[in-house]
Amino acid sequence: MAERKLRIMVAKPGLDGHDRGARILARCFRDAGYEVIYTGCHQTPEQVAAAAIQEDVDCVGLSCLSGAHRFLFPAVVELLKEQGADDITVIGGGIIPAADIQFLYDAGLKGVFTPGITLEDIIKWINENISLKG
Amino acid sequence: MYFAKEMLEQSSTLRKKWEDEVKRGLEKRAELKERFSTVSDLEINRLYGPEDIKDMDFEKDISYPGQFPYLRGNQVTGHRGRLWTFRMFSGFGTAKDTNERWHQLLKAGQTGLSTAFDFPTLMGYDTDDPKARGECGKCGVAIDTLEDFMQLVEGIPMDQITTSMTINPPATALWAMYCAAAEIKGIPLSKIGGTIQNDMLKEFIAQKTLMCPPKPSVKLISDTVEFGTKHVPRWNTISISGYHIREAGSTAVQELAFTLRDGMEYVEDVLERKGLDIDEFAPRLSFFFNAHIDFFEEIAKMRAARRIWAKAMRDRYKAKDERSWWMRFHTQTAGCSLTAQQPYNNVVRTATEALSAVLGGTQSLHTNSLDEVWCLPSDFAVDIALKTQQVIAEETGVTNTIDPLAGSYYVEALTNQMEEEAWDYIHRIDDMGGMVAAIEKGFPQMEIADAAYKFQHQIDSAEKIMIGVNKYVTDEVQEIPLLEIEDRVETEQIERLNALRRKRDSKAVKRCLDDLKNACKKEENVMPFCIEAVKNLVSMQEICDVYREVYGEFQDPAMY
Repeated sequence: MAERKLRIMVAKPGLDGHDRGARILARCFRDAGYEVIYTGCHQTPEQVAAAAIQEDVDCVGLSCLSGAHRFLFPAVVELLKEQGADDITVIGGGIIPAADIQFLYDAGLKGVFTPGITLEDIIKWINENISLKG
Repeated sequence: MYFAKEMLEQSSTLRKKWEDEVKRGLEKRAELKERFSTVSDLEINRLYGPEDIKDMDFEKDISYPGQFPYLRGNQVTGHRGRLWTFRMFSGFGTAKDTNERWHQLLKAGQTGLSTAFDFPTLMGYDTDDPKARGECGKCGVAIDTLEDFMQLVEGIPMDQITTSMTINPPATALWAMYCAAAEIKGIPLSKIGGTIQNDMLKEFIAQKTLMCPPKPSVKLISDTVEFGTKHVPRWNTISISGYHIREAGSTAVQELAFTLRDGMEYVEDVLERKGLDIDEFAPRLSFFFNAHIDFFEEIAKMRAARRIWAKAMRDRYKAKDERSWWMRFHTQTAGCSLTAQQPYNNVVRTATEALSAVLGGTQSLHTNSLDEVWCLPSDFAVDIALKTQQVIAEETGVTNTIDPLAGSYYVEALTNQMEEEAWDYIHRIDDMGGMVAAIEKGFPQMEIADAAYKFQHQIDSAEKIMIGVNKYVTDEVQEIPLLEIEDRVETEQIERLNALRRKRDSKAVKRCLDDLKNACKKEENVMPFCIEAVKNLVSMQEICDVYREVYGEFQDPAMY
């Protein structure tokens, strides 16, 4: 049986409409051969977690450029955990000040990506660090 | 013909000689790149000469400042007679915090105000809505009710200073607060001046501050245009914006074309729905462009914009008043051209972008602060940004003469090319049935997504350069002070709002909301009802919830 493709959800939690990066990533993941679900803007953490579980994804990539990542990103991790879906890897990116990066790792994110990273490096990181759920 | 035949013949001979020399030179040493192109990937020739603009007609295409087609500016004396307005976009935390920043900016020589609202306000949610959690005061000032608004404009001479408000779906509610605040201060509506952005089409296309579907959104905008025309004549009820289209990753031509076609859509709706004469409202339509990093492309874009609009207003909509033909615009330097890495370099980027806006003939300008990639600007950064404009205005001498780049072979050829490509887009959108129809098809959204994706690959492959990102990268981190919005802002704002909800007259609130709902259902102009509502301390979200209920909610279709 051919190995199934990685399923990844690109999500925009919060009220932030800066979706240029999220949409570029969704397209880039598709081109990299993943199955991509893009939520569009303005999702609550509850909506993101529910969609991730319903879509049975391996990974959720959160994008936020409004400064609300300190609230929104950990909320998604917690909601997944509460619903027994902590096998879904959560990663995130956007305008994340250096001082917040460790905070987000401590909150359970497995990867935090900040400006300057190339699409190629993100794909490489995902291939090396995210395994298909069992 | 723009040049005499003899001159073109002379040029042709000399050009041939130059081309031969270039060919010989290239055999010895290749040029630095195989292909030279703008940041929008528009290919640029090695040289421009008389032959590139020989088909121009001096009277029809160039002319003089203050004369059709206004290529060289609307005003006969350009920036010699009046500088652009130094209008720094600002807002953060509570109304009180922002009011203090405004007073500081006015003291520092700023000549107009421009309001940044936080995300809940921008999206039509009060601070205590669950969707607003974590966002209060982060990206701008939080405004829930007229009480907040009165604090925002405390001590501001509303009859002397013009204020711009970057607000879209809840524009009617926020403008109603401005009008109500003026009335409470005893200033008649005929004396207040300013701008509400109030451009929903570009929200669907690019910025995604969404609330109701496109058609009712356009109706609400036409309400404001009608109300402004009749009661607030010094107000620009719409700022038709290319800025966000560009920030979403469009090319310069796409920014130009989609913005102007949006403008035409609004014009057509007001003509049809409100039955106003074009010359009654067209002079108050204003525009807002991005000044990106490609210097000449931006100047050409702004010059082309004026010429396209003048032609469209005169020939397509039969406007007769020359003020209807004028495109007046605000410019903001490009946020997306700034880098998180080596942030001090952003001062240089912003300065060149501001210079292009000035040479493009802007009427108003915001210069980004060096730290705006990271956060709302600190006092330190915003001061440099404002002074960048002052240096350009008062030291560089670029305002000594009007439209100094006119007649440049390159600038005129590029202006012509961008105009032509923009008209192609405009006609394609006409053929789709207009901008609302094009948006429903996802056309402008996907054109922009394609351009953004291509640009990202050009950055990743270093085909396009950003210093500090893909060239001259250093490991050394430049520490800059970041403005932090404390969590107490949210708690305090919610407390204020709760206290207000307890003390206000709930019967009056209900009556105002019922009246507004009826007005929406009967297709009446909502503005008088909004003003009455905010005076009775109806909150911004309560007004927006009426729109959501009557017109329906619009979700981001998540195209990529």
